[in-house]
Amino acid sequence: MNQSPPVEKDAPAVPVLQVQELTIRYGDKVAVDRVSLDIPETKITAIIGPSGCGKSTLLRALNRMNDYIEGLTMQGRVLYRGVDLYAKDVDPVQVRRRIGMVFQKPNPFPKSIYKNIAWGLAINGIRDGVPQRVERALQQAALWDEVKDRLHDSALALSGGQQQRLCIARALALEPEVLLMDEPCSALDPISTARIEDLLFQLRDTYTIVIVTHNMQQAARVSDYTAFLDGGHLVEFGPTEQVFTRPKEKRTEDYVTGRFG
Amino acid sequence: MSPPNGPHANAPDRPSSQRRRDALPRLLRRRGDGQLWRERLFHLFCAAVAWSGLVILVVLLFHVTRVGWPVLSWKFLTSPPSRFPHRAGIYPALMGTLWLIGLTTLFTVPVGVGAAIYLEEFATPSRWNRFIELNIANLAGVPSIIYGVLGLGVFVRWMHLGRSVLAGALTMSLLILPVVIIAAREAIRAVPDSIRQGAFALGATRWQAVRDHVLPSALPGILTGIILSIARAIGETAPLITIGALTYVVFVPESPLDRFTVLPIQIYNWASDSRRPFHDLAGAAIVVLLAVLLTVNAVAVWIRHRFEKYRMR
Amino acid sequence: MRSSQQQALFRPRRSQQWREGAIRALLALCAAVSVVTTVAIVVVLLWESALFFREVSPWEFLTGTRWAPKFQPQSFGVLPLVCGTLLVVVGSALVALPAGLITGIYLSEYARPRTRAVLKPILEILAGIPTVVYGYFALYFITPGLMAVFPGTERFNAASAAIAVGVMILPMVASICDDAFQAVPDSLRQGAYALGARRRQVVLRVVLPAALSGVIASYVLALSRAVGETMIVTLAAGANPQLTLNPLEAIQTMTAYIVQVSLGDTPAGTVEYHTLYAVGLLLFLITFSLNVVAQRILRRFREEYE
Ligand SMILES: Nc1ncnc2c1ncn2[C@@H]1O[C@H](COP(=O)(O)OP(=O)(O)OP(=O)(O)O)[C@@H](O)[C@H]1O
Ligand SMILES: [Mg+2]
Repeated sequence: MNQSPPVEKDAPAVPVLQVQELTIRYGDKVAVDRVSLDIPETKITAIIGPSGCGKSTLLRALNRMNDYIEGLTMQGRVLYRGVDLYAKDVDPVQVRRRIGMVFQKPNPFPKSIYKNIAWGLAINGIRDGVPQRVERALQQAALWDEVKDRLHDSALALSGGQQQRLCIARALALEPEVLLMDEPCSALDPISTARIEDLLFQLRDTYTIVIVTHNMQQAARVSDYTAFLDGGHLVEFGPTEQVFTRPKEKRTEDYVTGRFG
Repeated sequence: MSPPNGPHANAPDRPSSQRRRDALPRLLRRRGDGQLWRERLFHLFCAAVAWSGLVILVVLLFHVTRVGWPVLSWKFLTSPPSRFPHRAGIYPALMGTLWLIGLTTLFTVPVGVGAAIYLEEFATPSRWNRFIELNIANLAGVPSIIYGVLGLGVFVRWMHLGRSVLAGALTMSLLILPVVIIAAREAIRAVPDSIRQGAFALGATRWQAVRDHVLPSALPGILTGIILSIARAIGETAPLITIGALTYVVFVPESPLDRFTVLPIQIYNWASDSRRPFHDLAGAAIVVLLAVLLTVNAVAVWIRHRFEKYRMR
Repeated sequence: MRSSQQQALFRPRRSQQWREGAIRALLALCAAVSVVTTVAIVVVLLWESALFFREVSPWEFLTGTRWAPKFQPQSFGVLPLVCGTLLVVVGSALVALPAGLITGIYLSEYARPRTRAVLKPILEILAGIPTVVYGYFALYFITPGLMAVFPGTERFNAASAAIAVGVMILPMVASICDDAFQAVPDSLRQGAYALGARRRQVVLRVVLPAALSGVIASYVLALSRAVGETMIVTLAAGANPQLTLNPLEAIQTMTAYIVQVSLGDTPAGTVEYHTLYAVGLLLFLITFSLNVVAQRILRRFREEYE
């Protein structure tokens, strides 16, 4: 899946997703304001910013999860490898199959662990080697060892951290190219958070990951690129190291150093 | 909601507290101007009125059981009605009720649940859909006898189904449809949105998400709603009389196009008879009807209870 | 070139989209059944009563004081039926409206959770008892009681039916009133307590006024139910259409008349037969307007506390 040559940390990477002049409104209220942003391939991009600045809204625009929100309107474009995701003949269902998503609160289906993963395969017409795919996904999500003996127990019996890893496994089983994560650790304890961060390190070479986080340290630890959003505007976007140590904007500096607000 | 000085807080004055009360500053002392008595009387009055519902229920049950119990027997359950009270039974009525309810369920469940799914999951807030919603709320308030008039006009006469159990079931289906839709919508609405979002994020279509996740989660609620509506259909009389089901039927329907009678109609028949022994038969049939309804309701309660526990895990 | 490949990747799967569309259409059809039902009700009632109004003028129908479709000379003044309905509705309202309100007050403001947990199911059972059973109860329990107290009571009379109808609609009034009281924010109560009010004063002067529109809505809905109630009045109130205000006499309501016609001895196609639809239309219009009014009030009440 990953055909592009490895790129060095500071060299501009190939963009998988390009956000161009994107404006999103809830009714009259502007939530994302003329944001342009290139998401590089096989890198982890963090989106940070104060609460309500439009991070989730922007993230959801990347795999058309906003389609279901009433009164939401969009201007601008989101390109996936040059294809406008919002073009007329694009099927949002197909988009989400390639661009997976993990939510803030773990939301496993009230079914068995196995079925949680197998269902995504089934609805996408994958019938071969389902047990192997389930196992691989669980291994990728570093959950296999904990659940291999109880695959057919209810997923709701797992701990919060395990549930979130199950949700990641569920997304990974479809072998998406991009994984969008909206504050995946905010409902978890530090140990579970650490495990998910480890997981991100393992996934970073294979997947393009966009992660929204409130946790500055987390963004600094795991991401290659960081976008700072404030009031719907993209204030700054660049390599994480630069954003955190040599920000170009005063507002970014205030935010990452905690002097914000 | 426990107020600082409600009746529960007002312990009755006892002489032993007399000395302490004298020590209280005058201002804080309980006023003896009858306020407290009025409080207590009002509370008592409300309680008495509220519990009178139970009294009525007990009296009603006692009355019908006292009348009907002596008549009840296995023979009563398995015999057809007769001109002779000591030979009469409710077998055709019981079977007719079974037929009617079976067919009604067959029609109502798919249409009712389908409509609920459409309104909750697929409908966009357009004017047309608002109209459908309003319309359902209004239909729920239309008197049952109007449904009978509708069934008489449409099913019995225009569609020439005659006074068949099919016509009765179609009429009854239209009658309970709004109730089923409203209950099913509530159950579907209670399914957390995160489940749908999770499904969509995996590339599911709306229908796939509904079929595999929303419906299974909403099932207990939907089932409860359906069962309670069926309980209502079991006791309905007026619409069936209006479509002409009140005829002397001594046989059990063998096809949907056969004539039929049901328990409530049999009860009406006997209750409106001028001869005394038939009133007792009506009482017995009422006991059976109430027992059937009690069973059906118990099933609904059991389902709710069972699945609530299941969902906790 | 790559771009066009990708574009193909996101192209909708035709079969899946087709299926999705078909299912959606099917479900929409289910929802449309309710609209068809309403249309059918209106069409049947209008069409068939048009046949009636070809023979009898609406004016004569609505203002005539004698209802005698089966006797010569025939007379089609619906007022006696309306009067009978009114007598039962007013009587049942006298029973159910105050008692329902007070039960609602008790449930919401006085009863502890455990009491509620017992009382609510009892009221639900009361609401779930078939009307034919209430009719039986009215005829063979309430009427003999009335006869013992008021010697002039007729075998069939409006009063016993009214009492039974009142008992039947009481749970609905109680439950909607209870909901309305529960919707009143607790801060209002706390405020009143802080001013030194006692519970009865809080209930009657703060909670009740705040929930008043909910209470009124429950009343209107209850009246609508009473107007449309059929089996109780058919069994207990008699079949004697007359203009009277004496609840101890036999009367006939609109619903009981519809039942009487459909019992079968009226030949189809005659004017007498079409009276069924004319009376049905009137009944539908009355209950429909009551329901619309109640829903308006309820909607406004809900908006107030959201
Ligand atoms: N469904 C909605 N309808 C209307 N407004 C919304 C909706 N969802 C979000 N908003 C508004 O849009 C703005 C951006 O919301 P968004 O959820 O994207 O913020 P966020 O950056 O993810 O915040 P947080 O960090 O708290 O999750 C907020 O002001 C919010 O109030
Ligand atoms: Mg967010």
